[in-house]
Amino acid sequence: MAKKIALLQGNEACAQGALYAGCNFFGGYPITPSTEVAEVMAGELPKIGGKFIQMEDEIGAMASIIGASLAGSKTLTASSGPGISLKQELIGYACIAEVPCVIINVMRGGPSTGMPTGPGQSDVMQARWGTHGDHAAIALCPASCQEIFTETVRAFNLAEKYRMPVQVLYDEIVGHMRERIVFPEPGELEVIDRTAPSVPPEKYKPFDTSFGDVPPLAAYGSDYRFHVTGLNKAEDGFPTTKAELVDAEERRQIRKVECPEARADIESNEEYLIDDAEVVVLAYGSTSRSARYAVNELREQGIKAGMFRPITLWPFPEQRVAQIGEQVKAIVVPEMNLGQMIFEVERVVKNSCKLAGVHRVDGDPLTPSQIIDQVKEVL
Amino acid sequence: MAYDYEKSIRPGKLPHIWCPGCGHGIVMKGLIRAMDACGLEKKNTAIVSGIGCASRMPGYLDFNTLHTAHGRAAAFATGIKMAKPEMTVICCGGDGDGAAIGGNHFIHACRRNIDMTYVLMNNYIYGMTGGQFSSSTPTGHLASTTPYGNPDPCFDLAKLAIGAGATFVARTTAFHANQIDKLIAEGIKHKGMAIIEVLDDCPTTYGRRNKFRSVVDMMKRLKEIAVPVTAAAKMTPEQLEGKTLTGVLHKEDRPEYCESYAKIIARVQGA
Repeated sequence: MAKKIALLQGNEACAQGALYAGCNFFGGYPITPSTEVAEVMAGELPKIGGKFIQMEDEIGAMASIIGASLAGSKTLTASSGPGISLKQELIGYACIAEVPCVIINVMRGGPSTGMPTGPGQSDVMQARWGTHGDHAAIALCPASCQEIFTETVRAFNLAEKYRMPVQVLYDEIVGHMRERIVFPEPGELEVIDRTAPSVPPEKYKPFDTSFGDVPPLAAYGSDYRFHVTGLNKAEDGFPTTKAELVDAEERRQIRKVECPEARADIESNEEYLIDDAEVVVLAYGSTSRSARYAVNELREQGIKAGMFRPITLWPFPEQRVAQIGEQVKAIVVPEMNLGQMIFEVERVVKNSCKLAGVHRVDGDPLTPSQIIDQVKEVL
Repeated sequence: MAYDYEKSIRPGKLPHIWCPGCGHGIVMKGLIRAMDACGLEKKNTAIVSGIGCASRMPGYLDFNTLHTAHGRAAAFATGIKMAKPEMTVICCGGDGDGAAIGGNHFIHACRRNIDMTYVLMNNYIYGMTGGQFSSSTPTGHLASTTPYGNPDPCFDLAKLAIGAGATFVARTTAFHANQIDKLIAEGIKHKGMAIIEVLDDCPTTYGRRNKFRSVVDMMKRLKEIAVPVTAAAKMTPEQLEGKTLTGVLHKEDRPEYCESYAKIIARVQGA
């Protein structure tokens, strides 16, 4: 049977990816340019017996998906700009309480209301450090409508597997672009559900590390009863201020994402013409589309250019970027912000190669010629 | 035989954090008796709170419990209830948590008429942070952030809940211990959003600043200001000056949110 094909907007592809991944609860609040995700979910979820709720504000939307996830649902919210700022408090809650959920951030400019209908990539650092306190972060950054579908599925998988909030960042350009989508067959993409406890209910501890760094999670309303708090807690879920317990919990919650095995599992990059490259354009999201064009053009002009595209932004692909830094003469980082990921690249490559940024925050996309000009200048 | 509270308390979690003389313990005992009277199953009951002294209550109770962020109890609880409408969902917390920082979630949960019971302990103050005025501190009263008297008008929380659309609204006080469980139980049985405001005392951060010489004085005040709605009907406005109505203040039947959504699912799936 031929696969289902459709012309979908990025935001619609996101909703379809969520449904493929088994999402059965959406809590949201309207905001441009992410609203279409909510609109599709509002129409589709009742068809499968799922739940859609438009909450009174962004914070309430985030709260509702954490509550529903603790009751066993696979949950999603979507927002942009100031909406994401408002969600930060409870993104931190989902981190410390280790509640799986997926947050879509269709990036626009800023700060504050900024330019709601214009694209931006200025939430890269917010996705890493937006909520207060030490915490791990997983953020994925698709660059096409098809990839929005598959990365949304992957976001659910990672949220369930690592028991934490996962953010999907794409900008308004990809969010509102329409492209051909080939729907994967059911079973074609892996769909992961959280690990349920195997111990009897009376032995269950919601943060039991005897099974590894990601404790199994029960659901409210099952045979398991448990306590969840935003305070630092011990294995049994109850608050503690004991120094050694707090320290161990904080470190475990970061280690579960940043240990080498987890990084290898979570990191995802695209490498394009890197093997013999003398200069590499490190680009993510819609900017990588201009970067690919620029690399092709530079190759035609005889310049050995390549592109490195992190699809997983966080955790940052430190090891591979450091290797590329050793290999090339220069790395050019185009971003629709005034410099965010370039500092992460600088931290990793140190002084092993030249480094230059190309930045734009006027609401228009970066063009291939801007990238080409910067590559030529830096070489 | 004395009532057995232990069966509802998590082993090893007492003593609680509340100060001597605080009314929250009286409310917790009332909540336990109410849940018991309604025959709630522990595994099918979730108790959700925000931040503050009163919000520590779920941790002591042997149910599914969720101690959320400041003001967010109603919104987290909405997620649980929507995901599993078959569960009984109870929120508990204080006045600052529920009606100030959480005011938006509170009024919208009332508006939706989602089937939850919210036990709102109004002790007129932010107790945990040391006695700053809240949105229910009476005008003129002293708090650590109103050293010259509170210039703010205060909320009537029950009226707020009625105005926002809650379909069961009741009020009592920490003095009226025998009424607390009955009103909470009635709220749990009510299909829709039930608000039970319990006027409470905070001797440590509110009482000592406002000339209540003892906990007994504070409890006496709660006794004196309370007028049952039935009695109030026969009283003059002059007699009601400075009094607070207690009992069931409002009750109506209106479609419950999860049931309305279930009908949408049925309609969409049937089409």
